[in-house]
Amino acid sequence: MAWNLNSDRPIYAQLIEVIQIRIIAGSYKPGEKIPSVRELAAEAGVNPNTMQKALSELERSGLVTSVRTSGRVVTEDMEMIRETRNCLAREQVHEFIDKMKELGYKREEVVRLLEQEGGNE
Amino acid sequence: MNELVQVRNLTKVYEKKKLALNSVNLNIPRGKIIGLLGPNGSGKTTLIKLMSGLLVATEGEILINGSRPGPETKAQVSYLPERTYFQSGMKVRELIDFFADFYEDFRPERARELLANLNIEENATLRTLSKGTKEKVQLIMVMSRDAQLYVLDEPIAGVDPAARDYILRTIISNYNENATVLISTHLISDIENVLDEVIFIRDGRVILQDTVENIREKKGKSVDAYFREVFAC
Repeated sequence: MAWNLNSDRPIYAQLIEVIQIRIIAGSYKPGEKIPSVRELAAEAGVNPNTMQKALSELERSGLVTSVRTSGRVVTEDMEMIRETRNCLAREQVHEFIDKMKELGYKREEVVRLLEQEGGNE
Repeated sequence: MNELVQVRNLTKVYEKKKLALNSVNLNIPRGKIIGLLGPNGSGKTTLIKLMSGLLVATEGEILINGSRPGPETKAQVSYLPERTYFQSGMKVRELIDFFADFYEDFRPERARELLANLNIEENATLRTLSKGTKEKVQLIMVMSRDAQLYVLDEPIAGVDPAARDYILRTIISNYNENATVLISTHLISDIENVLDEVIFIRDGRVILQDTVENIREKKGKSVDAYFREVFAC
């Protein structure tokens, strides 16, 4: 997933999302080393301190762990990766439901529409 | 002593009584990339030249690592001027020797590596290079020093977007962690993701110093959008 950074939200929160999605999608595999702060910052075109902040946050959540001398690796705890995936999916659903409410849709109508349209994919 | 640069009541009056800086106070921390933002004629270049020791203050003072601008601070400040000052007949290789002679902290091997990445021949004469390439060469020279403070005056003006990306990436990956990079520009949207903090300057006065993330969080808009609001005509 590319770094499509939106200009009116804090940057570090967006960096966290991109890295989480890369881990979920397997571009960064469990137990594998992720690029250094400098490399990631240069790739995303962001400030290294901001990238550092995003990685510290990911470390706090346990999704990546820092290894003495060799940087950071992705967790091997598959349960945690699945949980992160569920969490991001729930956020997407909530956002979607909020938008549908704005359009005046009721719960049953949303479910019906999903079944109709989702089947076409 | 924590702050890298301290500016106290700094005033600069040019001939004919033109007031370029009006009692400016600033603290610039270490290890940050900071944007110096303001419209044309707001005093950005004057402030930068005072920090680089190229101008003398009318009143007040600047301390860099605790010292007033002079030979000692010039050895710690790497300055990229708005306009190129290199002789157009010089070869890239001569430029490397020139910098190595002038600055003890210059790292020729770093400069050579960055030039090689861009396929710039060391034998090329500056005159034969495009404007964008010349700007890149100049930036490479300035960023190949192990300075404490890099002051870059409009490093991204007048180059194409690809060159702009290259320049920003070079800045990100080459400044050392305890050094600070001060970048003056009015092209904010291109650069704001790279910045820790911004300083807004208008009519020779500092009107705001804050972090990019704070501005986005508090105002719910980009620094670029906020700048347009503050400086609306």
